[in-house]
Amino acid sequence: MKIVIIGNGIAGTNAARFIRKRTDHQIIMISEESWQPYSRTALMYVYMGHLKLKDTHLYEDWFWEKNCLERIQSRVNRVDIHKKQLQLQDGKTLEYDKLIIACGSRPNKFGWPGQSLKGVQGLYHLQDLESMEGSTLDILAAGKNARAVIVGGGLIGIEMAEMFHSRHIPVTFLVRENSFWNQVLPPEESDMINRHIREHGIDLRLNTELKEITGDAAGKVSEVYTNHGDRIACQFAGLTVGVSPNIEFLKESGIKLNRGVLVNEWLETSEKDIYAIGDCAELQQPDSGRRAIEAVWYTGRMMGQTVAQTICGVKTAYKPGIWFNSAKFFDIEYQVYGDVPAVLPAHLETLYWEHPEGRKSVRINFEKNGGAVTGFNLMGVRYRQEVCEKWIKERTPISQVLENLSLANFDPEFFRQYESEILDQYNRQNNTNIRLSSKRSRNQVSRFLSNLGQQSNA
Amino acid sequence: MNNQPLESISIAQPHPVNTSLRQKMALALVAVGLLFVLVTWASRQVWNPLLSLTGSLVTLSVGTLWYAFETYKGSLPGIKNNGVMFRSLSNRGVWGWMVGVFITAFYVCLYWFPKMLGGLVQMFDPLSMFIRGRAADQWFVYGTFYTLAVLLLGVKFMLKYRHNRYQQIRTISVMFFQLGFSFLIPAWMLLMNQPEFYFTYFWPLKYDYLFPNTVNWLTNSYAHLGVFLVFWGAVMSFIAVPVLTYFFGKRWYCSWVCGCGALAETAGDSFRTLSDKSLSAWKLERWLIHSVLVFIIITTILLWANSWKQGAILGEYSMGFSKTYGFLIGSMFSGVIGTGFYPIFGNRVWCRFGCPQAALLGIFQKFFSRFRITTNGGQCISCGNCSTYCEMGIDVKSYAQRGQDIVRASCVGCGICSAVCPRGVLRLENGSVDLMDRAKYPE
Repeated sequence: MKIVIIGNGIAGTNAARFIRKRTDHQIIMISEESWQPYSRTALMYVYMGHLKLKDTHLYEDWFWEKNCLERIQSRVNRVDIHKKQLQLQDGKTLEYDKLIIACGSRPNKFGWPGQSLKGVQGLYHLQDLESMEGSTLDILAAGKNARAVIVGGGLIGIEMAEMFHSRHIPVTFLVRENSFWNQVLPPEESDMINRHIREHGIDLRLNTELKEITGDAAGKVSEVYTNHGDRIACQFAGLTVGVSPNIEFLKESGIKLNRGVLVNEWLETSEKDIYAIGDCAELQQPDSGRRAIEAVWYTGRMMGQTVAQTICGVKTAYKPGIWFNSAKFFDIEYQVYGDVPAVLPAHLETLYWEHPEGRKSVRINFEKNGGAVTGFNLMGVRYRQEVCEKWIKERTPISQVLENLSLANFDPEFFRQYESEILDQYNRQNNTNIRLSSKRSRNQVSRFLSNLGQQSNA
Repeated sequence: MNNQPLESISIAQPHPVNTSLRQKMALALVAVGLLFVLVTWASRQVWNPLLSLTGSLVTLSVGTLWYAFETYKGSLPGIKNNGVMFRSLSNRGVWGWMVGVFITAFYVCLYWFPKMLGGLVQMFDPLSMFIRGRAADQWFVYGTFYTLAVLLLGVKFMLKYRHNRYQQIRTISVMFFQLGFSFLIPAWMLLMNQPEFYFTYFWPLKYDYLFPNTVNWLTNSYAHLGVFLVFWGAVMSFIAVPVLTYFFGKRWYCSWVCGCGALAETAGDSFRTLSDKSLSAWKLERWLIHSVLVFIIITTILLWANSWKQGAILGEYSMGFSKTYGFLIGSMFSGVIGTGFYPIFGNRVWCRFGCPQAALLGIFQKFFSRFRITTNGGQCISCGNCSTYCEMGIDVKSYAQRGQDIVRASCVGCGICSAVCPRGVLRLENGSVDLMDRAKYPE
């Protein structure tokens, strides 16, 4: 059997790897972007000089040959579902028995005047990074007037701000909302990041939208106008207002599309033997509380693994489990486990503790009735995923979670632990007297987690 | 200049921006200190050793510390590896090669042409008289520079990782052991006409501590103290090493106590990205390091058998054995390649490919230790920071991205992978409950 995968991001690569683990099918991966599958989330570190491009490669060069994973660097222009054939950019065709679409996203552009000028771009592909490097020359050439403007208060926006900051380039950061990423982060965390962005000297402008980008005679960006009528001279404008599935080339194919490629719970598209995974897949019936398109590293990885099972004959539904995600905002690491909505629903209560210095916080959400914990939001503190997941899955009451909170702590050894402060705060607010009953210990964690196996088997 | 952009993609030459005037002044001070050193190195007769020594050490120290403070004072605490991949020094550029050649030349003089160190040894007489009660020799010069490098660049390292208590405490520990146990105590023992003994080095790293010659010399010449020192060495080698490694992994020694580790973790910090992460380097590592260990074990056994048979086995070859080893491994490998080539091969070449102590500790760590690096569920984003900043060349990412805990013989437990991970995925831990499942694949 011949399996063709369009895209070599984490979803496509993981699908290939897990199919190979179970079978000897022929596997071909096609990517226009990069010969070497690499970690998209690490692009920023290449620009900042933390890493070289080869450090971001998912596997060493010998891996692909050793595992007989064929690669083609080209673009797929058309999918012919009747002939089971792909038309590539160079005019060649490629037959498939099964096709996995994992073609990812592309940055959104909302038709702003000037959005096609030189020096205006998003950040998704390797090529975006290369053009950012090119623009950096222009920015630095401006000397004292050097400035980059970034539009869009999300994860890529703040990454871009950090990237320019690392090269000592002044940044103006336009965010439409009244606080950074507050569609996702609860108010306190969002405000912490506002402060943190500003303490890096970034010119953060909340409640501000892009109105127009203007260019100079050479067609390069020269100014950005906001909806407040402000004019900002700059040599770069980053548009980081989200991404959309990159499915233009499938429009004529007959595969059912909406915003993304529509798939059922087995990640099958409307057409037989064609699957879609990762950023470009749109679930027809997502689990409750989950979005139909989740353009997130982790979901792409899980979808790749799931579709591999199905293709290898073990039909497996995509069950992403308890939601988790992570990011880093300049120096503040962010982890979330479970459901932590930006606006607290009426049936939930929240315990929010923040370090006096304002760069660390822990939030635990739990149900008003019965106290079952539903989610953890961590800023600048590391928690263990398996422990948090287990508490959420088993609907452990908040009091019991707090007693054992040290089990979740994943900060390095000797780091100050804040469990007792968190407990004190809960006790004060609720007139309770909960005490820490366990210390941070790997052995206790092992025992606690192996418990899970026994319970779920029984 | 022409091939750099291909690797880093950087075409904008970002590095030279923003070196402050104060940083430049601090560096100038370091240069003055170096000039003192070079001038005395070149001269036969040192003009006023005390003044020269004070002048050079004070300017070197003040300059280095000042530069370090200036570098980190303006930035918020956190991982700031900005520009590491663009810098000449940390990237095998012109500065890297120059520093490499300079340190290598120093080692060559030190080991084989000590006379060529000229007035440098004489300059250290006042200090040596003060703490050891005797004139300086080239080893004292080396020991002083070595300790100074650990202390000064240790402070720089602590400033860089001021948000990370594991790194801070670990660095205080290596600074303490270097200054106390590898510099002052051996010097004071000499001052009191006792053997110059290093309590923190044991067989098989300090291979001759358990050779018959040394044992006889210590027990015959120093009576009770000599017996104690031999006893100490044996206890450390055969009891402390396995026991402490069972509890904490090899890090208790390699990145907390050992002097080689001390230099690698402080002065060598800028070069940690240069270690080869490839599978083939790992293969080479396993062959080399275990060969050295086997060689030492056989040599030790032969020497004892020979001594027991009163020289009947080896005859006059017995000295040859230890001399060959001393030249090839002690000087060439651990000194010239191990340290001189920091800017070329990375800061742990000796520890990774050559050190017999590391080999032994590694075997315990791999098969019988509570230590592992835990991967936090499925949180890895495969960014590669952990592998890139691993000085031992471990491809940490290859484990983390599969959700697998890391149990590797070579890991010295420096904790930098955990520090640079942007998603909080890695944690150094000790636990006995799942001792044999430490490296198991998650389902």
